Amino acid sequence: MEPATLQRVIDRAGLDQLLAAIARRGFRLIGPAVRDGVIVYDDISSSADLPAGWTDEQDGGHYRLRRRDDDALFGYAVGPQSWKRYLFPPTSVVWRSARDKDAGQDPGGAADGDANGAPDGAAGAGAPMAFIGVRSCELRAIAIQDRVFLGGQHTDPVYAGRREGVFLVAVNCGQAAATCFCVSMDAGPKAESGFDLALTELLDGERHEFLVEIGTGRGADVMSEVAGRPAGRTETQAADRVTEQTAASMGRHLDTGGIKDLLYGNFENPRWDDVAGRCLTCGNCTMVCPTCFCFSITDVTDLAGTEAEQQRSWDSCFTMDHSYIHGGSVRASSRSRYRQWMTHKLATWIDQFGTSGCVGCGRCITWCPVGIDITEEAAAIRASDGATGEEGHGDA
Amino acid sequence: MTGPPRPTLAVWKFASCDGCQLTLLNCEDELADIAASVQVANFPEASREVIAGPYDLSLVEGSITTPADAERIRAVRDASRFLVTIGACASAGGIQALRNFREADEYLPVVYARPDYIDTLRTSTPIADHVGVDFELRGCPIDRHQLLDVISAFLHGRKPSVPGYSVCLECKRAGITCVMVAHGTPCLGPVTQAGCRALCPSCARGCYGCFGPMETPNTAALSARWRELGVSRPDVGRAFRTFNANSGPFREEAEANDAP
Ligand code: SF4
Ligand code: SF4
Ligand code: SF4
Ligand code: SF4
Repeated sequence: MEPATLQRVIDRAGLDQLLAAIARRGFRLIGPAVRDGVIVYDDISSSADLPAGWTDEQDGGHYRLRRRDDDALFGYAVGPQSWKRYLFPPTSVVWRSARDKDAGQDPGGAADGDANGAPDGAAGAGAPMAFIGVRSCELRAIAIQDRVFLGGQHTDPVYAGRREGVFLVAVNCGQAAATCFCVSMDAGPKAESGFDLALTELLDGERHEFLVEIGTGRGADVMSEVAGRPAGRTETQAADRVTEQTAASMGRHLDTGGIKDLLYGNFENPRWDDVAGRCLTCGNCTMVCPTCFCFSITDVTDLAGTEAEQQRSWDSCFTMDHSYIHGGSVRASSRSRYRQWMTHKLATWIDQFGTSGCVGCGRCITWCPVGIDITEEAAAIRASDGATGEEGHGDA
Repeated sequence: MTGPPRPTLAVWKFASCDGCQLTLLNCEDELADIAASVQVANFPEASREVIAGPYDLSLVEGSITTPADAERIRAVRDASRFLVTIGACASAGGIQALRNFREADEYLPVVYARPDYIDTLRTSTPIADHVGVDFELRGCPIDRHQLLDVISAFLHGRKPSVPGYSVCLECKRAGITCVMVAHGTPCLGPVTQAGCRALCPSCARGCYGCFGPMETPNTAALSARWRELGVSRPDVGRAFRTFNANSGPFREEAEANDAP
């Protein structure tokens, strides 16, 4: 790799040129912004919209914005939202049908033409999106959802239409939250691949610059319109130090050694009862998880009975309907639902998709209203490997 | 109006504030469609014209608080093919169910000049305690989208789309900041059934529990969290004792916090 050609250094004015160059290519810019006391991903137009000088304080069930003593633009970890919201929207229309006036009582269907059958595919997504400030764990999460929605025999038109052509500007994390454990999941903190451009924010006294790594041809094309200089050894070493420091300050750790067999061998561990006593079955953990993909389908009809549509919305394995099979829910107890969530994330996902379903972003820990911690629960199962309750529960 | 006969709709009021009936009248954009799809046969709040029963769909607002109403609800049930309760009063007993936890006789002389004129039951109870109910629509007041969905579901013979999960799912889908995690504001959302579109959290307030207990509420775990956030036991109990005070899980959690 030739650092001089693939890595450049830009300042804040250069960052604005970079954003403008992406926007000129017809992309809708989406990036971090402060809203209601948290950092969310929203439409932005320049670096002025970024959370300059803000950081976040995170722990189980706890998130607060705090002031930094510098003007860092990316000086925080991940917030409650992930890019999932833009690629796999919380609610979308699967198909729509309108009763053909001449067809009398014919219920119609997707084959009836015109108004019928159009899903929220590419058309629903509008302009192609550029994600600004994607963290390494999030790139990994997007790759995981790509596999879920685009891999295999059937591709998902809603996801595919939005995912197509997304421009990815990654940011290598400059600090880890107390809830981060991407290092354990081999998912960060440095973005290794899957981006068009990757930034490392370099803050050093008076200096406020960004090392830009170019990942694709279109990334290079954008950079050709941005004022900057080739990166030298000082800058690449400074960037390496940023990553090293972040990696060394992970707030949480998860031991993944043999985790699949560990969880498969502990369906009756009494720890599940313990966590069930604390869990609200509220579903927040699955909503904020950047890899959770479950949805439910709802039929919507108008009063007159002339139009019908199927909507899909984010669902969660913590709802009773999620495992409802004719006559009842298979996972009726909180214990079986928490176990489903954690076992899917850390174990069955591996059999299903070939990777872990967890990228160590820590969102499920922070946004659990009672601060239940997947790393702590996994450690507790490991510490009591093989334990069983007084008697089996017999629930699935 | 030509075409096939429309199903008849009746709206009934028991002990309540009228807010849920008003939700129906507030469906301004849809009122014409409602009138086109059902024949409003008995809805004194909207029209003085009353068509005799039986009715295809009865919407019942309010709880049962007097001996006369306990009789009247039977007649309503007999005259209705489908009976749907609307709101926390009809579905859970309402705020007036606070009387269930005290002796109503103690209050009567304080409130009324001539308590001997008052003929009341000692409890406020939901409609389902008295007659069979086909569907209970929660909320204080109900949500107009859910009401329209229930009417539409009835008209087209499908299941209403009224989920039993928590308000938190609505919060997260709408991208609303969690007031409990990000602001430290106590919120009943995790134990409360969705339906309001997370109205209070969207205004940076904690959920008040208007839609009653969600399908599998862990009220004890939420209470413990509220106490960590600095809420006293009596205040936790009061939070559970509002519009759905008489709903099992909320009633029990309030009682658990009464204990010294
Ligand atoms: S399970 Fe938790 S830590 Fe892992 S990816 Fe999902 S939200 Fe992030
Ligand atoms: S953990 Fe639950 S909500 Fe998430 S993908 Fe698995 S089953 Fe679905
Ligand atoms: S683990 Fe936490 S966020 Fe997840 S369902 Fe339980 S209480 Fe809610
Ligand atoms: S604000 Fe309340 S209802 Fe919304 S996610 Fe947080 S705890 Fe749940």
